Amino acid sequence: MVLRELTALELGAAIKKGEVSIKEAAQAALDAVAVQDQALNAFITVTGERALDRAEKLQAGVKDAQSPLYGVPMAIKDNICTKGVKTSCASKILGDFAPPYDAAVVDRLAEAGALSLGKLNMDEFAMGSTSETSFYGPVKNPWDLDRVPGGSSGGAAAAVAAGMSWYAIGSDTGGSIRQPASYCGVTGMKPTYGAVSRYGLIAYASSLDQIGPLCRDAADCAAILDALQGKDPKDGTSLDGQYGNLLSGLTGDVRGMKIGLPVDCYGDGLDGEVKTAVLAVADVLKARGAEVVELSFPVMEYVVPTYYIIAAAEASSNLSRFDGVKYGWRAQEYEGLADLYRKTRTQGFGAEVKRRILLGAFVLSSGYYDAYYKKALQVKAVIKEAFDKAFQQCDLLLTPVAPATAPRLGESLSDPLKMYLSDVYTVSVNLAGLPGLSMPCGFDAKGLPIGAQLIGPHFGEGTLLNAAHAFQLDTDYHKRAPKGGDLA
Amino acid sequence: MNIDTEMVDYIAELSRLELQTGEKQAMTAQLEQIIAYINVLNKLDTTGVEPMSHVFPVKNVLREDEVVPSQDRAQLLAGSPAEDKEAFLVPKAVE
Amino acid sequence: MTWETVIGLETHVELATKTKIFCSCTTQFGGDPNTHCCPVCTGMPGTLPVLNKKVLEFAVKAGLALNCDITRYSKFDRKNYFYPDLPKAYQISQLYLPIARNGAVSIHTDAGDKTIRIHELHMEEDAGKLVHDPWIDQTRADYNRCGVPLIEIVTEPDFRTADEVIAYLEKLKETLQYLGVSDCKMQEGSLRCDVNLSVRPVGAEELGTRTEMKNLNSFKAIVRAIDYEAKRQIELIGEGRRVVQETRRWDENKDATYAMRSKENAQDYRYFPEPDIPPIELSQAYLDGLRSAQPELAEEKRARYRRGYGLPEYDCRMITSDSALARFFEELVELGAPPKQGANWIMGEVLGALSARALEPRDMKLTAPTLARLIALVGEGKLNRNTAVKVFEAIFDTDVDVDAYVKEHGLEQVNDDGLVREICARVLEANPQSVADYRGGKEKAFGFLVGQVMRELKGRANPQSVNAVLRELLGG
Repeated sequence: MVLRELTALELGAAIKKGEVSIKEAAQAALDAVAVQDQALNAFITVTGERALDRAEKLQAGVKDAQSPLYGVPMAIKDNICTKGVKTSCASKILGDFAPPYDAAVVDRLAEAGALSLGKLNMDEFAMGSTSETSFYGPVKNPWDLDRVPGGSSGGAAAAVAAGMSWYAIGSDTGGSIRQPASYCGVTGMKPTYGAVSRYGLIAYASSLDQIGPLCRDAADCAAILDALQGKDPKDGTSLDGQYGNLLSGLTGDVRGMKIGLPVDCYGDGLDGEVKTAVLAVADVLKARGAEVVELSFPVMEYVVPTYYIIAAAEASSNLSRFDGVKYGWRAQEYEGLADLYRKTRTQGFGAEVKRRILLGAFVLSSGYYDAYYKKALQVKAVIKEAFDKAFQQCDLLLTPVAPATAPRLGESLSDPLKMYLSDVYTVSVNLAGLPGLSMPCGFDAKGLPIGAQLIGPHFGEGTLLNAAHAFQLDTDYHKRAPKGGDLA
Repeated sequence: MNIDTEMVDYIAELSRLELQTGEKQAMTAQLEQIIAYINVLNKLDTTGVEPMSHVFPVKNVLREDEVVPSQDRAQLLAGSPAEDKEAFLVPKAVE
Repeated sequence: MTWETVIGLETHVELATKTKIFCSCTTQFGGDPNTHCCPVCTGMPGTLPVLNKKVLEFAVKAGLALNCDITRYSKFDRKNYFYPDLPKAYQISQLYLPIARNGAVSIHTDAGDKTIRIHELHMEEDAGKLVHDPWIDQTRADYNRCGVPLIEIVTEPDFRTADEVIAYLEKLKETLQYLGVSDCKMQEGSLRCDVNLSVRPVGAEELGTRTEMKNLNSFKAIVRAIDYEAKRQIELIGEGRRVVQETRRWDENKDATYAMRSKENAQDYRYFPEPDIPPIELSQAYLDGLRSAQPELAEEKRARYRRGYGLPEYDCRMITSDSALARFFEELVELGAPPKQGANWIMGEVLGALSARALEPRDMKLTAPTLARLIALVGEGKLNRNTAVKVFEAIFDTDVDVDAYVKEHGLEQVNDDGLVREICARVLEANPQSVADYRGGKEKAFGFLVGQVMRELKGRANPQSVNAVLRELLGG
């Protein structure tokens, strides 16, 4: 049995049966990290000792374990607070900040018997589409070390793709789980807004942020979401999912399911190979008895501007608390209070973060609020309505995740606007608070993974996962491992 | 709206950020480009559309008024770059 | 030219909840620095606010009592600015949809009755406390106050004199105390007031340029700051200069206002809807429930005391000056004390004892049943008034059983006519000079004789019957 080839659920079952000890699994993961991560840079912090200690404690309770993920090693994006463990958001400004509390999802995972290997690299404050804006250096794509893994949960996608971790917990504000999942050939999901507590997720854009899994396949995704979801009294925007156990709902039966193809998502700007691979998903599901309908989604040109106005506005406010007073890093030299703020923030934030803070301050500033921020909230209502209409005609939407496969390192950051435009397929899902899933659906001629996105109505997670599961029963893209998986 | 360096100075001050001269030119150009692109929204007539701040109808989320013990002070102060075991320290802020 | 002063108030009132507005830390006043804090109220990254049910309830109750329209669909907004007393660098407040609007408060001054319009009432969080430490030349930030719930009550510019301002604040304080939503202690900062002031020639329609004054910590400071600032503005205009719209700080020691640095005046708070707090939607049933549970306010009580008990206006005002005192009075009456006697005891002995001890009525040990019993004993002739006052003083701090105390100290009034008559006769016999003086027309001598009798009876006699018997024996 090669442990790294197992899915999280398969490893969980082997642990439960006693075929493998939790310590063996943890050690295998830590060994892989030690060998591969020098090249990949997926981790900011590896908590090896803690992981092995926890493995022993968990092993003692394995007989009474309820969760199918009990004892399975995983890792957490570095914008999710972990008590006593450095949580940096990949930013200089947080320094060695070790929060005095755990995020709600960390508590939930602990209850499910999860074992954390450490904290994952990302774009600074989750702002970016390439994981290159990290203060701790860029993450590399395991399929091609000259390419980006996507972002902002690039470390999470790379760690799972490379077999260093069985699953990872990421966050998605405008595509930050789905797009790196697509670039790295793993399955990832942004749940319905509110399905998973945001308490302890260091906010980028509060009305758009959601925590979700990156993993090997739809079944793992369902099991992880089962552990994460549910109302949390500490997060006023969280609510109980109106679905029961997602894992047990994976039948693969998609007969009569209506798959919507928004024609506006398959026009100009979409790479031909990506288009072919994504449309092929419809054929596989059709063969299993689903219906495919074409429909219009006439708001595509508005989604990116609307997203950037809202996200930047909220970010400019959310990131104001980083000022060198309560936690994190403080500039060495300053004269007086105002200068302490300016020097700390100027030296502590990277260029992309500053760009978005400034954009956000602008759209909220006196005289421009109505023209930009208020306008964006109105367009958001229009986008939400467009989705409502679409879901009157179908059960889920099938779209690309990104216009093309992973770009080379250094290609994107020189032109921020171009990078923003590549988020065109993912951001609308966050604006409307919908669930979105990204799964591998093929490879381009360069051997890079292509991702397909499934979008559902509020709390349509069950439908999305079942469709993805059906697709994965008939294909093996999700089982392929990158060459980077054997970098040793 | 055209973004000029004066506007960038203003929003930088609001954001407590300092931009060096070269940096400021580049940032101004990029923001100008982004704002120009964002103006595409003006094509869409949104007269009478209610601005949507919260995406779906969760409301009245309230907590009972019951005291929970506060956090240990040492833990709250532990991450601060400047503290004296009791309080966070900043340069003179009181007149 | 004659000038008119135009004033509007922004009053911040701390709500008397047990916990903070967005987290479960205590709101208790004082405490060592940063000991009433958690990750939420110190603005730790990743934390989220959850609204305290009681804050909403108190804000709505206050809105109803101030005759406001309650906003059925209300939201919170973020007000963004950097300052070390604000750990998130934004204050959660309400700009676009405050919980209550369009209210009215009627006030009474020597100039007559007047209505002050309330522009709005909104909920928000308090900031922390900064104290500069000259020894280390650093400012220390204490976040115990961070997140203590406030309501801000904004009036229209309806005041013309400092008298009106004080009358309004007294009325506001009284109303909020009666509702039980705030203790309004100015010295602890639970009631704070910013004054917006402008001047204009009498008869002018247009408002002048206003300044906002902060740091007004007492009614006295408010009155003096208003006088100072009105004079300053009139002088400026008289010299042909302009009033600058700015925030000014009252300096108690210098008895003057001065402009705060212009940087602090550059305000662009970039308000936007708080994404972390879902909207508040109030049902008719919720509002009806709160409305019907509203307690009787001071004004209604005064009217009832006047009509029902025939108390003079002065007594009514004294008793209702504090809600705990009014409750105490009503309990006395319910226990059978004659209203006027109850009122006299409260205005005399009770308020006297409280002020001698610097106590608030709500902190008083003495209970209404005890005082009611004392009053009853006097009424029944078992205790004379003077002895009763002594008993009151003796038990005020402990609230012991009155009957037991009187018995234990042998203080019952002597109502034995035979005994009184015997003592009177003995006293007359022993003081022939005084008897002669009295008969010679010196009324003073009579008082002396009464005193002697009372002394013999250790003060327990009924003074009226002593008077009667002595006069009888003397005048015979």
